[in-house]
Amino acid sequence: MIELEPPLLTIESLSKLYGRNVACGNVSFDLWAGEVLCIVGESGSGKTTLLNCMNGTLAPSSGRILYRTRHMGLVDVATMGDAHKRLLMRTDWGIVHQNPRDGLRMGVSAGANVGERLMAVGARHYGDIRSQAMDWLNRVEIEVDRIDDLPGVFSGGMQQRLQIARNLVTKPRLVFMDEPTGGLDVSVQARLLDLLRALVQELQLAAVIVTHDLAVARVLADRLFVMKGGEIVENGLTDQVLDDPQHPYTQLLVSSILQV
Amino acid sequence: MAMMRVRNLSKSFTLHGQGGIVLSVLNNISLDIMAGECVVLRGASGCGKSTLLRSMYANYKPQSGSIAVCHQGFWVDILSAAPRIVLEVRRRTLGYVSQFLRVIPRVSSLDVVAEPLRNIGIDAPSARARAAAMLERLNVPERLWPLAPATFSGGEQQRVNIARGFIAQSPILLLDEPTASLDAENRAAVIALIGDAKACGTAIVGIFHDEDVQRCLGTRQFDVAQARLT
Repeated sequence: MIELEPPLLTIESLSKLYGRNVACGNVSFDLWAGEVLCIVGESGSGKTTLLNCMNGTLAPSSGRILYRTRHMGLVDVATMGDAHKRLLMRTDWGIVHQNPRDGLRMGVSAGANVGERLMAVGARHYGDIRSQAMDWLNRVEIEVDRIDDLPGVFSGGMQQRLQIARNLVTKPRLVFMDEPTGGLDVSVQARLLDLLRALVQELQLAAVIVTHDLAVARVLADRLFVMKGGEIVENGLTDQVLDDPQHPYTQLLVSSILQV
Repeated sequence: MAMMRVRNLSKSFTLHGQGGIVLSVLNNISLDIMAGECVVLRGASGCGKSTLLRSMYANYKPQSGSIAVCHQGFWVDILSAAPRIVLEVRRRTLGYVSQFLRVIPRVSSLDVVAEPLRNIGIDAPSARARAAAMLERLNVPERLWPLAPATFSGGEQQRVNIARGFIAQSPILLLDEPTASLDAENRAAVIALIGDAKACGTAIVGIFHDEDVQRCLGTRQFDVAQARLT
C-alpha cells in the first residue's frame, strides 16, 4: 500500500491568541481528499476558532495552512491575497454556517442562491444555471416548485439544506461546517445527517465539521479531534476515540451522553 | 497462509473518572490467524475476549504490541496506521460483526446491507441486488427490506447486521456472538453462511457462546484467559 497522493490540506503549528488567551494552540495535522474530520469539544474549547482559522475567515496568530489547489499548486491560505482567497472559497471550498442566514442571501430566491455560486465561477447560460439549481434543490429534498421562493419563507431545516446545496453546486473538494445540525429538531437533524452522509460519500468530499454532538460525529466522521482549552487533547479514528477514549476529558465527554 | 499476526498485545483501561483505576485486560498476547480457519476465542466472561476482538478491528487501542493484517498482499500494522489506512483496510480486508446493529435513522435495511459494497465502488443496482440475495438467504422477509431496522426485533436486526458484515466477502472476519439472539432455524442459516465463508478461505475469529456453533465451525480454540497468564 504505497501512497503517492499528498494531503489536500496541511495545518502547521496553527495558533490563535486573543491577547494572552490561547484560543487554539499549536495545532498540526494533515487532511486527505475524501476524509471527514469532526472536531468536538465544549463551548469555548476553541473549535470554532480553529475552524475559522483553517478556512481563512480568521487570521491565525502564527502557523501555516497549506492547501493543494487544482490549478495553482500548494498555497498558504494564511498569507494569500483576498482575491485569491475569495476565488478559492467560492470554487473549491464550501463553508456551511451554523445559522443558514449567515450563509444564504436572504433577499434573493432559493434558485438564485444556488445559481449565484455557479455564476461566480463563470456559468452564463440561464437555462443551464436554472436546471442545475433545480437538480440541486431536488438532491437536498426541497420541492422544485419552491425554486422562486425567498429563503425567508423556508423552515430552518430547509434553509440549512438550501445552504448545503448552494455550497456543493460548484463541486468543491473541501467543505467546512460549523454545527450544521445545531438548532434543528431531532427529526429534521436525522434527515440532514442522512443527506450529508450520502453527499459526502457520493462526492468524495473532504470535510471539517465542528459539532458538540458525539452522535453526529459517529455518523459522519472518519476521524475525530477532541478539543479542550484550545488544544487537541485526543485524536484518532472516530469509533476508537468514542469506544475507547484515553484522555480524562474524552472519557468524561463520552460517559456524559444520555442513553435514550 | 497467515492473514493476521497479533504480537505481544497488551491492553489495559484507565478509568480517569473513577480515581484512575487501571484494569489490565490483555497481557502479552500473540496469535496468528490463517486463511480458511475459524479460531474460537474462549474464556470466562470478562476475561477479555471482546477486548481482543475489538483490538483486532482497531476499535480499541492497545498500549503495546502490534496487529499486522495482510491487506491486498501487503502487511499493515493497524495499531500504528493512520485512520484513513485503517478505514481502507476495514473496507476491503477486515470485517467485523458486532453483537448489536448500530441503526442509522432513515436508511433502509437493504441500503444498510448494500453500503459496504457501495463503499468499495460497486454501483447501486448491483450492490442492492447482492444485498437482496443476502437478506433472503438469512430469512429476512422482503417486506422489511425498504424499512429502517430501528423497529425490528432483536433477531431481525442481528440478521441485518450479519448480512452487512458478510456482504463484502472480506478476507478476514471478526465475529462477536453472531448467533446470540437467533432461533434454531436462523442460527442454522448463519452457521451455513459462516461455514461457506470459511470454505472460501476467509480467516475467521469468533466469540460463540453456543457449544454447537463452536463445534460446527471452530477449527481451533484460543483461550484468552490462559494466554493472559503466560
